[in-house]
Amino acid sequence: MQIVARLATGGTILDITGDIDLAHSPAMRKALLQEIREKKTPKVFLNLEKVRYIDSSGIASLVEGLKASRDMGSRLILYGLSKTVREVMELSRLQKIFEIHESEAQALGS
Amino acid sequence: MLLKLELHSNPEALCLVRATIERAAEVLHFRDAEARAIVRSVDEALANVMRHAYGGRPGLPIEMSCRRLEHGRQKAAQDGIEILLTDEGVPVKPSALQGRALDEIRPGGLGLHFIRESMDEVEFMRKKGKNLLRMVKYLSPTPQAVVTEGE
Repeated sequence: MQIVARLATGGTILDITGDIDLAHSPAMRKALLQEIREKKTPKVFLNLEKVRYIDSSGIASLVEGLKASRDMGSRLILYGLSKTVREVMELSRLQKIFEIHESEAQALGS
Repeated sequence: MLLKLELHSNPEALCLVRATIERAAEVLHFRDAEARAIVRSVDEALANVMRHAYGGRPGLPIEMSCRRLEHGRQKAAQDGIEILLTDEGVPVKPSALQGRALDEIRPGGLGLHFIRESMDEVEFMRKKGKNLLRMVKYLSPTPQAVVTEGE
């Protein structure tokens, strides 16, 4: 898995590539929490367009990120979810608590 | 026996197992959504073994075997796949098998829920000092072709 950070209007985009599973979710969690808690980024956009797979540990990391963003008064915005990622979100019944957009343009405009 | 894998409790192995089990599901003609359900269940079950039964210690043995189920044979009610996972870790606590309420918004505890939602049969056992997890997924019946008579 690869994580690349780039600046965007009002925040930072984290481009994730690969699988978010038990081997890689700790790296995503670290990057996410660093952006939210340490850098105090007001909007963190998580680009999941190139994520082929996410497991329950990846979902747990996203929930931690969401909680941290709520604590900090910032926003965590997800976009580009594949069918596989959407399915896992639906199974966890957490899709409604996250701010999810179809595309980068929609996410940035939100 | 369709497949037998011996692996170690290293999370880096999970992507290889997912690729293998996805191909096995394709060979058995599972539809895409069903194949994803099988892959997800195997991945979550292996992750549970690594995290809980082995407490995150790498290099410990896990055995996975897959068997094709054929209707009318081996007491199988339908065609499908049976997956057995065996580990030598600490016994699974019955309370850990309850899962948790999904209305709690907190990290963790979702893996078992994913497995139960994705597979048709899920059974935990302790045999000869080992944990054994049996999961079964049946093939959905193929929709009948609709034949319309021409005029």
